[in-house]
Parts: sequence; structure tokens; C-alpha cells
Amino acid sequence: MHEYPITQQIIKIAENHAREAGAEKVKAVNLVVGDYSGFIGDSIQMYFDIISEGTLCEGADVRVKRVKPKLRCESCGTYFERKLFSFECPACGGEGRPTEIGKEFYIDSIEVEK
Amino acid sequence: MHDVMKLDVKENIHSENDHIAEHVKQHLSEDGILVVNVMGAPGVGKTTTLKNIFPHLKTKKPYVIEGDIESDIDTVDLRNMGFDTYQINTFGACHLDAPLIHDAIHHMDFDREGILFIENIGNLVCPAEFSIGEHVKMLISTVTEGSDKPYKYPLAFEKADLILINKCDLLPYVDFDEEFFVKGVRAQNEDVPIFKVSGRTGEGFADVAAWLEARDLG
Ligand SMILES: Nc1nc2c(ncn2[C@@H]2O[C@H](COP(=O)(O)OP(=O)(O)O)[C@@H](O)[C@H]2O)c(=O)[nH]1
Ligand SMILES: [Mg+2]
Ligand SMILES: [Zn+2]
Repeated sequence: MHEYPITQQIIKIAENHAREAGAEKVKAVNLVVGDYSGFIGDSIQMYFDIISEGTLCEGADVRVKRVKPKLRCESCGTYFERKLFSFECPACGGEGRPTEIGKEFYIDSIEVEK
Repeated sequence: MHDVMKLDVKENIHSENDHIAEHVKQHLSEDGILVVNVMGAPGVGKTTTLKNIFPHLKTKKPYVIEGDIESDIDTVDLRNMGFDTYQINTFGACHLDAPLIHDAIHHMDFDREGILFIENIGNLVCPAEFSIGEHVKMLISTVTEGSDKPYKYPLAFEKADLILINKCDLLPYVDFDEEFFVKGVRAQNEDVPIFKVSGRTGEGFADVAAWLEARDLG
């Protein structure tokens, strides 16, 4: 899995934003993670605690907001979560098309101490 | 007392990777090189596919980057066949990323117009998320893996620019449901070309090579 390089990247981005604001410490990092990002949120705090040692992010809480992927029905426009082995719209039986919902992978905000 | 303050960030975690990928793509486009990211589970025939495409390339020279967790078997093989091949070992990492490719291309000599094939790590999940500077994501599936792959790994199929169904020589021996497979692909990717090929008989690869040679660098 690629938790390690991804966590390094998260810390780097958080530190950059904290420094820019003149902060001394990052207390929390709020992530938004779609299920299609392939990122397993569970192990991230563990990686984060190790990799952030000695950085502005040391000791920060990582909070993950997960987003379930949704398809959009091309016939009636309904957004829905797909069932296994099907892309069918539960409202009208139409065909669901991929959307950007569920592919999120970004740092929404950080909480810092001045 | 310390003041705790919330800062809006809204920055994509892949942004640095994507930035480098864009740079790689631009750099190679200027050299007249089309970049193809070759993806698929272990053993689907990624290396076999490259060997089958190369003899059909009429105007473009093939270049290869082989990604492998730790071996260099495929690279040795391709070099023995006379193809310019660069090896990347990820030592455990499950995908190639743009910084690795950026480093690799600076060790390679692109002496004429061609196609750079990058064989990614055998894995259907992680490689789909990381751009490596490709113009074309070529996804290889097989008749032996079963027809439900597009339903199990939707992202890989959604993002593919070209899909091969390999090992078609084995069709008489397996219960591959082509209609169900294609339906699953079309639900996520309406226009992607799908080619049926066999690395055993060579069937279908002339068409794949022609499609790639006709693809522009835009
Ligand atoms: N029967 C059959 N075997 C194939 C075909 N393509 C590849 N193979 C075999 O599948 C195995 C894995 O192929 P390889 O190209 O190394 O897969 P990779 O791991 O995706 O690079 C090898 O033993 C190949 O000879 C095919 O079209 N038909
Ligand atoms: Mg291989
Ligand atoms: Zn509908």
C-alpha cells in the first residue's frame, strides 16, 4: 500500500500552510477522502505519528471525512450508490455514470497554534 | 495561552505528483514521444503485450520502462530482444509515481520519435490513482480472470483510454461472458476502444499498434 509516501505528502502540505500563516504548531489535519481514492484511512494516524516526528505536525490529530462514491443516472439524474455487479439506477432502472463524488483526496483545513 | 486557529487548505494530496506528471508529459511530447501507462494485474500479459506490439510499429520506435517490485527478469528479456529498456524497482511500493518516471527519463536517450511504454506494477487499484505523465492508460484484462473485473475495479476501467482483453486463445476453455464484461466497461467508459488479443497467437496486436501510432500527442 502507499500510505507512507502519501502521509509524507500530507505532512508537507500541512507544514507549508502552517508556516505561511506564521503558526508554530499544527494541532489537527482535516482530510476529505473518497472511497475511490484507494486510501485506507485507518492506518494513517499511525504513519502520521511516526513520520511527523520533529515537524510542525508532531502530535497532531488526523481526522478523515470519508465520501462514498456516487453514480448519476443518465436518464433521471438521480445520484446513487451502486450495488455490487450493477450500475443500475434504483429510481428508474436507467444506467448510472461515474461522477467525481467519491474521488476526493484533499486536505480541507488544518488547525494551528500561533 | 495559545490561540488555535483554523486555516482553509483545500489542496489535493496528489497535486505535487500531478504537477511532475504534467512536466514529464510535456517534456516527452516535445521529443515526439507518446507515453503509454501499461496497467493490469500480475500475469495478465503486460510484458507479452509489449513484445507483440513492437514488431507491428511501422514508424515509431519503442522505448520501455519496466516497473517491478524487485526483479529485472522482464528487462533482461526485452534488452536481449534489442529494445531500449530502463528498469525501476520500487522495493515494495505498489505503483509507479511521477517523480520515479521523471528520474528515469533523464537516464534515457530518446533519439527518435516513438512510443514509451511504461509497464506499471501488477495491481489494479493503486496505479489507476497516480498519473505518471501518460497520454494513454492501456489497461489489460484477460478472459481467464473472469468477466466481473469492470464491476470490481471500476476506477481502473473508468480511467482507461484503451482496453485489451488478452488470452483470447483460451476462450474455448473458460466461461468468459464478453457481453457482461463489455456492459460493465461501457457503463463507466462509453467510448473506450476494446481490442481482443492473444499473446499466444499474436491475434489483434496489429490493430493495437496501428491505434497507438495514430494517436496524437495532444
Ligand atoms: N495462453 C496464453 N498465455 C499468455 C498470453 N499472454 C501471456 N501469457 C502468459 O501469461 C504469463 C504472464 O505473462 P507476462 O507477460 O509475464 O505478464 P505480466 O506479469 O502482466 O507482465 C506468461 O507465462 C505468458 O506466457 C495469452 O494471450 N495466452
Ligand atoms: Mg511483466
Ligand atoms: Zn434513474
